Amino acid sequence: MADPVSRPDPPVADDPATAAGWVDAPPRMGFFTDTSVCIGCKACEVACKEWNGVPTSGLDLLGMSYDNTGALTANSWRHVAFVEQPRPAGHPPAASTGAEPTARTEFLGMPGAAPPGRTGSADGRSDFRWLMMSDVCKHCTRAGCLDVCPTGALFRTEFGTVVVQEDICNGCGYCVSACPYGVIDRRADDGRAWKCTLCYDRIGAGMTPACAQACPTESIQYGPLDELRDRAAARVAALHERGVPEARLYGHDPADGVGGDGAFFLLLDEPEVYGLPPDPQVPTADLGRMWRRAGVAALAMAAGAVAAFLGGRR
Amino acid sequence: MANADVIVIQGSNMAEAHPVGFQWVMEAKRRGAKVFHVDPRFTRTSALADTYLPIRAGTDIALLGGVVNYILGNELDFREYVLAYTNAATIVSDDFVDAEDADGLFSGFDPATGSYVQDSWQYAGHEQTSGSGHTGAERETAAGLQHESHGAPVSGAVARDETLQHPRCVYQILKRHFARYTPEMVERVCGVPQEKFLELARAWTENSGRERTGCLIYSVGWTQHTVGVQYIRTGAIIQLLLGNVGRPGGGVLALRGHASIQGSTDIPTLFNLLPGYLPMPRHDVHPSFHAWVDSIRHPGQKGFWGNAGAFAASLLKAYWGDAATPENDFCYDYLPRLTGDHGTYRQVLDMIDGKIKGYFLLGQNPAVGSAHGRAQRLGMANLDWLVVRDLFMIESATFWRNGPEVATGEIVPQECRTEVFFLPAASHVEKEGTFTQTQRLLQWREKAVDPPGDARSELWFFYHLGRKLREKLAGSSLPRDRALLDLAWDYPTHGPHDEPDAEAVLREINGYDTATGRPLGGFAEARDDGSTAVGCWIYSGVYADGVNQAARRRPGQEQDWVAAEWGWAWPANRRTLYNRASADPQGRPWSERKRYVWWDAEASRWTGHDVPDFEVTKPPSYRPPEGAVGPAALAGDDPFVMQADGKGWLYAPSGVLDGPLPTHYEPVESPVRNRLYGQQANPTRKMYAHPVNATNPSPPQEHSQVFPYVFTVSRLTEHHTAGGMSRTVAPLAELQPEMFVEVSPELAALVGLAPLGWAHLVSARAVVEAKVLVTDRVAPLWVDGRVIHQLWLPYHFGFEGLVTGDSANDLFGITLDPNVLIQESKIGTCDVRAGRRPTGAALRDLVEDYRLRAGIVPGVTPPSVTPGVRVEPSVGDEEGEP
Repeated sequence: MADPVSRPDPPVADDPATAAGWVDAPPRMGFFTDTSVCIGCKACEVACKEWNGVPTSGLDLLGMSYDNTGALTANSWRHVAFVEQPRPAGHPPAASTGAEPTARTEFLGMPGAAPPGRTGSADGRSDFRWLMMSDVCKHCTRAGCLDVCPTGALFRTEFGTVVVQEDICNGCGYCVSACPYGVIDRRADDGRAWKCTLCYDRIGAGMTPACAQACPTESIQYGPLDELRDRAAARVAALHERGVPEARLYGHDPADGVGGDGAFFLLLDEPEVYGLPPDPQVPTADLGRMWRRAGVAALAMAAGAVAAFLGGRR
Repeated sequence: MANADVIVIQGSNMAEAHPVGFQWVMEAKRRGAKVFHVDPRFTRTSALADTYLPIRAGTDIALLGGVVNYILGNELDFREYVLAYTNAATIVSDDFVDAEDADGLFSGFDPATGSYVQDSWQYAGHEQTSGSGHTGAERETAAGLQHESHGAPVSGAVARDETLQHPRCVYQILKRHFARYTPEMVERVCGVPQEKFLELARAWTENSGRERTGCLIYSVGWTQHTVGVQYIRTGAIIQLLLGNVGRPGGGVLALRGHASIQGSTDIPTLFNLLPGYLPMPRHDVHPSFHAWVDSIRHPGQKGFWGNAGAFAASLLKAYWGDAATPENDFCYDYLPRLTGDHGTYRQVLDMIDGKIKGYFLLGQNPAVGSAHGRAQRLGMANLDWLVVRDLFMIESATFWRNGPEVATGEIVPQECRTEVFFLPAASHVEKEGTFTQTQRLLQWREKAVDPPGDARSELWFFYHLGRKLREKLAGSSLPRDRALLDLAWDYPTHGPHDEPDAEAVLREINGYDTATGRPLGGFAEARDDGSTAVGCWIYSGVYADGVNQAARRRPGQEQDWVAAEWGWAWPANRRTLYNRASADPQGRPWSERKRYVWWDAEASRWTGHDVPDFEVTKPPSYRPPEGAVGPAALAGDDPFVMQADGKGWLYAPSGVLDGPLPTHYEPVESPVRNRLYGQQANPTRKMYAHPVNATNPSPPQEHSQVFPYVFTVSRLTEHHTAGGMSRTVAPLAELQPEMFVEVSPELAALVGLAPLGWAHLVSARAVVEAKVLVTDRVAPLWVDGRVIHQLWLPYHFGFEGLVTGDSANDLFGITLDPNVLIQESKIGTCDVRAGRRPTGAALRDLVEDYRLRAGIVPGVTPPSVTPGVRVEPSVGDEEGEP
């Protein structure tokens, strides 16, 4: 297997498994999460925890709409975000008496009331909106976590997904800062890094990942990435036709800063509204250039040292 | 549902409470259907709907009545369907006085019993020959339920006006009844903006008719009201007017609250029913088997209920086997009899009063899940013994040491007299059996794993309990023991714990020939001579040919869209009831697009995608001969075959106890006066004058402002009912880890509530505290010149489990719907205050303080008839007419 770290500026391979050295790899598998049909039931979170034996992430009421999970962490590999977007100003009811406050409370500490939702592209929208999205590891084509892993605990599977081997991970945490999405995380009690495996143990046996299997509305769809991308494009077109112009894909583009995601999304607003980076970049994108520059610098320093030594002798 | 062109969800948070079924709403939406959600607050269902309508809790009849008025006022009904298949043309008695003309009371009200004498509601000429007459006893025994599968009686032919112009025809009565339910009135009563209401009314009517169909979905947001049955009636009237019954993509869908709640009404856990909706006999009017059977089949009656004798005899034969013979009326005398109200709330009050000694609780957690939790707990604390069978140690098993009444000093663990036996139960994956779901579909479930430790199935528990009781009584000569000793209690068992064979039980439910043991093919084979035994006649056919039909799992892609080979639906594996109505009176599909069941003239039989809900060889042109009775009296274009006149009932001359037409009444606890009638709340509602029970005052009573806010409770998708199966399980508990209350930003500002801070809610029954979730999803409503604030709470929390909190149901009092004795637990009034509630004795002092300020005297119920409303003497009394 080729060592990904040593690869100089890898081509934007849409077949990362082959690029990683797999011979006769099966088609690249992934998730297409269509948030326009997500009902926020969190069955994905529960199914993931049950199948993968993920421990509890805490019994805390967060007050962030119905989100008491908070984020993708070592103990939450699926996370359903809830975004409450207020009505535009001037919505009824008007107050009856002076005793009734007329002004709407502006910011209540909930993500939905924060500016991004208001200033999103949903101009002309007359209703309150409640957006839900089941987030997950993106299984990037160019995975920063995998690039920086010094032990080889992270590896590219034959399905093109990125998986941590828990028995190899030494808990160095380099991967945590290398993830442009803030997905991979170390578990507090054992220090090792954990994240979605795209149910490597299930898909290898021809089964659907637990979250997609549990999803009642097919918001989470699992399949060959090419097929999912076609399906997603058709879904966006259908939604546009039905008067949902704000529907757009996120993470589907192989030309983006991570070479496209193995798990991509249909969103109904800007990515920031859901807490997703608008332009994710794999931090190792410049690694080749940096190594070359470092090499040049080292050579120059070595040359300088040699010159100084030779000069000193003179 | 996936075939619907419009879906209206009201009284249901389907996406959260029925997420799996909701996939079909999403499928319909994908195919282009428009989805409406009407609810007091914006939920996950609203988020996925095309249009959301906010509504003041408890005003659904006003909104739906507005839709009826919109349909009739603009003549948008599916006239051909309405004329042929409903009772729109039927002439109603001259004696009938509508609630519109009597300030909210229909004719025949008897204030002494809080019930109606229904003679004046009957069809013209049938005043004395049909109907329920005085319905006081029916109200006591929730007898409205017994009409669930088969309608109420009407005898003989009825007078009709096919032009619908007669002033006393149902169509005109209906039109007058709802004429005042205008868009302006809807806005004033419900707080629904007129343009939103009209958007709903337009979409509903435009997507109904020959080419299109709409479906209506409700769940306990409709049923748990003192006028709940009438909510559903109003929905049914709309669907009948628009031709949306018996057709694909149509219907009124009742979403059931648990995996097999449908099954537990079909084969009931209710006090007033026997399997297959056979009524439980009453001691006073059903002294003999024949009196009982005649009260069901109504001799001389049209329709399919005429075979009641065979169903009743076969049921008793299944119970008592060889001991049941035609000579001894199949042991009819062994059947218990009703003597009055034995409903769950009556029982709780009787427990408090020491009239009930022992209690079994199976799959139920009333300490959290039932209205007036304090009454539930005090009742259970006053028994000799209590058996709780559950998966976890639930609140109803530990109330005597951990309940809130221990903190207030009302229950002292050392002195609590109830001996509680906790028996661990097997979960649904640890036992085999069937689930019957919303669509009446039975699905067989295999056992996946053995139950842990001492946990056992319900089947095991009851079989061996019965076996042991019979062993203990063996040799008894007492007549009272015969019923138990003569039972056919002979199920085969297997395994180390002698688990009874669930398939053997299903076979008995299906029915068999007592001579040969051959399983019956369907209920048509049931006999009244003792030659058949059938455990539940409507399920007959589920074990046809000796095959477990409920276990069929042929994948959807391997069969047509009706998927008749997935599981088995009662009756007769029919997926859509009354599907004769999917064809026009001549038997042709109403349209190619909505083709479902039709008359094949060449083959001279009904055919189509589903099992026809009609005698398959009766042609559309068939007209019954003079004097025909039973099924033969149904014409070839009478699709509602269980109804006594073969028609869908826009107007119900009997069978509904609180009015032949739905009428808007305010909830028992409401901050506003009824805009439409002098009568404030349902005059027939069931109230219990008991010291533990108290009702917050509502206008026109004084002091209603002591409880100025409206609260409603329901489910979160993350939890299951009283929380016994979710607050105990970490991956679920952590998703909604604390009790909270949702309030609008406006109310938060008004009361001084901070996000994630504490608030407590006070009613005349209890105080509960919760964390505050301020959200735009709850909006104040502008109702008739004033702002109404509504709050919402989940009812899942209790004091046991991984996550705990106060129980929202503690806030409710006990007032019931008169038809089915369901409690009003979807709306109440309360006060809200910032901060945590008091503890210990101070908590009861706070409630007492509120009671004093509101002028509430415990044990005194508000008047059923609002003061000032004149009760018309019943017509018969006044004019001496027949």
